[in-house]
Amino acid sequence: MLKQIVRRLGTAVPSLIGVVIVTFLLTRVLPGDTAAYFAGPAATPQAIAEIKTKLGLDQRLPVQFLAYVKDLATGNLGMSLTTGQPVFEDIRARLPASAELTLLGLLLSVAVSVPLGILAAVRQGSWIDHLCRVVATAGVSLPVFFTGLLLVYVFYYKLGWAPAPMGRLDFIYSAPDTVTGFYLIDSLIAGDVELFRAAWSQIWLPAVTLAIFSLAPIARMTRASMLSVLASDFVRTARASGLKPSKVVMGYAFRNALLPVITTLGMVFSFLLGANVLVEKVFAWPGIGSYAIEALITSDYAPVQGFVLAMAILYVLLNLAIDILYGLVDPRVRIEA
Amino acid sequence: MSLAATDAAPKDSLFSHARHIVAENPVTGIAFGLFALFALAALIGPYVVPHDPLASNTSAALQPPSATYWFGTDQLGRDIFSRVVVASRLDMIIAVASVALVFVAGGFAGIASGYFGGWTDRIVGRVSDTIMAFPLFVLAMGIVAALGNTVTNIIIATAIINFPLYVRVARAEANIRREAGFVQAARLSGNSEMRILLGHIAPNILPIMMVQVSLTMGYAILNAAGLSFIGLGVRPPTPEWGIMVAEGASFIISGEWWIAFFPGVTLMLAVFCFNLLGDGLRDLVDPQRRT
Repeated sequence: MLKQIVRRLGTAVPSLIGVVIVTFLLTRVLPGDTAAYFAGPAATPQAIAEIKTKLGLDQRLPVQFLAYVKDLATGNLGMSLTTGQPVFEDIRARLPASAELTLLGLLLSVAVSVPLGILAAVRQGSWIDHLCRVVATAGVSLPVFFTGLLLVYVFYYKLGWAPAPMGRLDFIYSAPDTVTGFYLIDSLIAGDVELFRAAWSQIWLPAVTLAIFSLAPIARMTRASMLSVLASDFVRTARASGLKPSKVVMGYAFRNALLPVITTLGMVFSFLLGANVLVEKVFAWPGIGSYAIEALITSDYAPVQGFVLAMAILYVLLNLAIDILYGLVDPRVRIEA
Repeated sequence: MSLAATDAAPKDSLFSHARHIVAENPVTGIAFGLFALFALAALIGPYVVPHDPLASNTSAALQPPSATYWFGTDQLGRDIFSRVVVASRLDMIIAVASVALVFVAGGFAGIASGYFGGWTDRIVGRVSDTIMAFPLFVLAMGIVAALGNTVTNIIIATAIINFPLYVRVARAEANIRREAGFVQAARLSGNSEMRILLGHIAPNILPIMMVQVSLTMGYAILNAAGLSFIGLGVRPPTPEWGIMVAEGASFIISGEWWIAFFPGVTLMLAVFCFNLLGDGLRDLVDPQRRT
């Protein structure tokens, strides 16, 4: 098993190289002269030339690329002009907020969509099947920022069930001691139930927004994959042998149907990480998405590039984790590999 | 019906097949109607709207929907209905242009890589794998940030993130046909490889590519609106659905729902319409993959 994991780690290397090359190219095609941009509007040509030498922009491209890779290896992503901090530090400080939101969104989504998909497949043609189809079609058409705003209007303005969409915690609370960086977990570790409740009241609405968005592909895939497995011979055999329906569906069919669903998760993550940026903007969530948006608006490019790189690496790693999970769920993959 | 089907030419049978699909699935019919409405709004919208979409009128600011202002007014007193209608042209242009761009570029790269194989295939495959290694919306953000904050670059970025999807479909379809009888016949009669590629294979996979077009159109609109929602590309006061939702966002928490609601619903309907059209077209072209 360990050998396979190592081999799968190897397959991620070309993706990572590709990601680094693309982000390097994105750095080099900045609009206008990068050196002039760093020198500021009032710089003399001499000052620009100096900065050019200092940044290594007068070197040939391969040399610049090597320097860029060396910077990356030491965690140097440049400085943010707006916060005055190294981009690496900024991203590290804000990543837990994004991760907590995205993971909770995914968890909620899986908790609803997988049972929905199973029920839709088992009771094909019933109302729950139609519900599944409506959810799947509507889910892919809803702009995630619009869903978020609708939920804010209904649950904050109309019903008052949620606080104003203003970040992770109301200002009267202070953040729990950092253990995992996830407020929900950290507050429980600190034994502060009230703080947990405060953090939960802020996070549930954006998490539901993300969940609604990612519901569609998972539910659709679960349904399709369950349908094809339920029609297969081994399920018929299991039924004919007199096994309980619940045992057939959950023990036999579902475990086999799980594989395509796990594959879909890779695609879902691609959407989720993008949608996360929009949701963070709607709910003023202090994650790396809103960090990148603030930087974009002020034309502060280093954070944007750092953000794109961080997201891409995260995505490659998530896909890797999904691959490994695949091996755990399906023993056949383990033997063949 | 059966009489028409027996003596019908292929074109007629396609038409009756289309009618059958619309009859079987009225939702596709509704989608066609919606599509016609959006096309009409994009074509003649700017000439028929009741108010000037850019004219502000502070005495009529933040009014809820009424007989004069069907969708209400925003914080500057601009008529939201007029702005939503006028915006459809820009949104459609962005979607159509980016899809056309990726249709040509991705379609050609995909056909070439499926037909030639070897190095062409390896290079095209590597490029699309690299694009797929990014979360797509994030990559689009990075591209627009690097190339510059304009509508043209939004179109380019949207085309680039859709590139792998087109390559995959075109490659698979071209690969099946590379040794087909009609291709060998064309080769034997002395056609050049490029001529076979463009004149014989490309027309054959066109229907499937058209399905891909309508399936990705909705995604292109969604993506472009998302980018302008976070402040990229389109600048105020230009009416565009994404940016209008962004402008209305701050008024949601004080209860002025109509500013963000109507552009958002329109955007949703446009995406919904294209997704349904895509499903309908797929049923028409490729009955085996019906869902």
